[in-house]
Amino acid sequence: MSATADTLRHVEEFTSRAYKHGFVTEICMDMAPKGLDESTVRFISNKKEEPDWLLEKRLQALNYWRLMKEPNWAKITHPPIDYNGLYYYAAPLDKPKLNSLKEVSPELLVTYEKLGIPLKEQELLAGVVAVDAVFDSVSVATTYKKELEKCGIVFCSISEAVRNHSELTRRYLGSVVPSMDNFFACLNSAVFTDGSFVYIPKGVRCPIELSTYFRINAQNTGQFERTLIIADEGSYVSYLEGCTAPQRDENQLHAAVVELIALDNAEIKYSTVQNWYPGDENGNGGIYNFVTKRGICRGKYAKISWTQVETGSAITWKYPSCILQGDGSVGEFYSVAITNNLQQADTGTKMIHLGKDTKSTIVSKGISAGNSNNTYRGLVRAGRRADRARNFTQCDSLLIGDKCGAHTVPYIESKNPSSRIEHEATASKISEDQLFYCTSRGLSAENAVGLIVNGFCKEVMKELPMEFAIEAQKLVAISLEGSVG
Amino acid sequence: MPSNKKHLLPNNIQENSEAEWLGSLFRKAVEDIERSGMQGTMLAEAWRFTDLNSFKVFEPIAATNTAVVSCPKFFAELDAVELHISNGALIWKDTFPEYVDLFDLADRKIAPSWLTEALGSAINTEMHPFAAINTTAFSGGVAMRIRKDAVMKKPIILLVDTQANDKIIVANPRVLVVLEEGAVVDLIEVHTGSGIYINNVVTELIIGKNARIGHYKLQTEDTDAFHIAMNAAHCAANSIYDNFALSTGAKLSRNEISATLDGIHTKYSINGSYLGCSDQHMETVTFIDHAKPSCVSHELYKGVLVNHAQGVFQGKILVRKNAQKTNGYQMNRALLLSKEVKINSKPELEIYADDVMCSHGATVGELDEEQIFYLMARGISKKQARAILVSAYVEEAINYINNLLIRDLFTMVASNWMQQNITDTQDINGS
Repeated sequence: MSATADTLRHVEEFTSRAYKHGFVTEICMDMAPKGLDESTVRFISNKKEEPDWLLEKRLQALNYWRLMKEPNWAKITHPPIDYNGLYYYAAPLDKPKLNSLKEVSPELLVTYEKLGIPLKEQELLAGVVAVDAVFDSVSVATTYKKELEKCGIVFCSISEAVRNHSELTRRYLGSVVPSMDNFFACLNSAVFTDGSFVYIPKGVRCPIELSTYFRINAQNTGQFERTLIIADEGSYVSYLEGCTAPQRDENQLHAAVVELIALDNAEIKYSTVQNWYPGDENGNGGIYNFVTKRGICRGKYAKISWTQVETGSAITWKYPSCILQGDGSVGEFYSVAITNNLQQADTGTKMIHLGKDTKSTIVSKGISAGNSNNTYRGLVRAGRRADRARNFTQCDSLLIGDKCGAHTVPYIESKNPSSRIEHEATASKISEDQLFYCTSRGLSAENAVGLIVNGFCKEVMKELPMEFAIEAQKLVAISLEGSVG
Repeated sequence: MPSNKKHLLPNNIQENSEAEWLGSLFRKAVEDIERSGMQGTMLAEAWRFTDLNSFKVFEPIAATNTAVVSCPKFFAELDAVELHISNGALIWKDTFPEYVDLFDLADRKIAPSWLTEALGSAINTEMHPFAAINTTAFSGGVAMRIRKDAVMKKPIILLVDTQANDKIIVANPRVLVVLEEGAVVDLIEVHTGSGIYINNVVTELIIGKNARIGHYKLQTEDTDAFHIAMNAAHCAANSIYDNFALSTGAKLSRNEISATLDGIHTKYSINGSYLGCSDQHMETVTFIDHAKPSCVSHELYKGVLVNHAQGVFQGKILVRKNAQKTNGYQMNRALLLSKEVKINSKPELEIYADDVMCSHGATVGELDEEQIFYLMARGISKKQARAILVSAYVEEAINYINNLLIRDLFTMVASNWMQQNITDTQDINGS
């Protein structure tokens, strides 16, 4: 049928298009010397005016990291990364400390405008989203901080938190993802530059969605974000993370660590839209996204929910996980991963049931097109004490074109007979019947596919906060535009 | 694979190196064993659930032939032709019809070409260290060929028995079945034994065009024994392969079943059940390679675990680039009936073709309390209610055996197991 031919034609059409967010801002940068050794770590720590305990932690991590080997179990291939050929610190020179947006360098503002997050507008529009905008490694401007302060909420850059809230950072930083957790988390622990810190006090419901836009800008700069969110008893927070990056030929490494801690009855909702530069149709360039994200439901009836829409990056290696320690705690993972051209995504989740009556839901939708490979890799584990633990997992893959791959690698490990774990997965293409049904009602082939794919992802999309849902839908539309017939 | 695997090699490997017709196959297997320590992640991943330390106690000696053994009596009623392998050597064969060629693999002098062409062709010894060990060390076993368009009316029973007596032994029986175009046969493989031993068996099946085979395996090894099995098949176009495995025996068993569907319209069904009690480790590893378009595969595995038993299921479906119109289904269910059992399940899909229908699923859980209540409210004891539910659960898999007589036999084995192992005292609720 012509749909297949159409698809192929559209894939070609799409792949020849340039990356929409590919541009480079020329700003003078303050950089650490190339390479990674103790002096780099000291340089970063010094720049951040960090206390000794953190420097010690960093150096310890660096020593561990030197002994570790890069993991090779994921279904991804890439040329070896020269960790000594990277810059580990880059910050805009101009404005280390800012009081208002007026002091932000105009180039930066233009950059953000191109990305569609004009800070000025944000400030004027008032009260919807607070943006802790990260340009490369230093927090440039933080808005709505005061409003949040009224509720007792701390929302600032991690380096600021280390200085001003050391009791919290010292207690929780590295408590969910320890330095030695894995190769990339360890690297991050040694050289992390900046990121966001959120603390929601007892019983507070965060009135607005907190949001951070990440941006990788300087060429050859590894980006090592560190995010720490603590939701105290009975609190609620919804956090949004969105990313776009400019076009570069050299591969850029991104190894972030995100830690979430939910105490009794607290709820954290973490949403990500990731649209980093995926590389061109020949697989040149693109971001390597090796992220460690993990949340722990430490208290009773706590809840952590991960929602992600992954459309960018040349390589995605990412497993947002939940440790369900508190009795009755809940973990959720909703994911849409779209790969095209030569993109590779190996993503999934881990649900570790430790407490009694813990529940988890996993819904993963993978869409592969072009020559890409899309893997779901997940683990559901019920410990000996996890009585009546309950998990439901659903992984659906959609293949577009006959050159891509879709893989499902779930692990189910149960040590408790009263736990109930279900996994189901399907892989298929868009059925000719569905296409025919839509086209016979006057939709163009492309619109029909858009409709069907949107329906395919709907379960996940509806989990996104309103502000994000629109952006995510746009992203999916851009990614699928032309890639499906 | 542990670095100390060499000690699993029995002392007779010299014989295989001397057999001329086996030469190249032997040399490759030796190389693979040497290399396998370095295979790294992929191999370690495939063996991650198996505790290979339990092999360390072994200083095995090569098995020697023992006296004639007889089939378990419930198979005696079946009108079948029998082949007996004892401690890795073929010791008895019934009279077979003239369209079946039999070859005793202990014969090192000269082998027919159909055998040398087929032996080792379905197995990649690089990724299967125990199959490599078997290839270097098998001292006997049987190869058979069913000729073109021959239809075997009687099923073949292949009895593999290992008697360790007071010594710890390792047996490496080798089986090769070649079905020429259009041949039809039912094969029952029964594994039994007594004592502490490793039964490291490799069964290869080369299934020709339009051929049809029902292959039913019953593993009832001694509960002190280790059962490491590799069952590899190569299926040509339009062939039908019906595989079923029921495992109840062995202290540690790893039953690996793989098939390459290398022709269009091949039908492959691979079902089975593992029933584990005490501290048994029961592992099933399946791999279905959809290499050609329009093939159908169906997989249903059902496990029941009581006491301290540990179950492992690793299933993989690979759909290659040109294998369009593939229809693959894979399901593993495990029923956990005591507090101390453990299950690891890893159903895996790897798909490179877009016009396919592939799905897999896995469930892990206990019996439904409501169903037990329903039966008990009708005057059935708790024990009986549980037994009814468990047997219904297992029968769903057993019902995929096409041959009715054989299906009944397997049902009987399963229900015997249940009578012994399902009680009402296994309390499963965390309360």
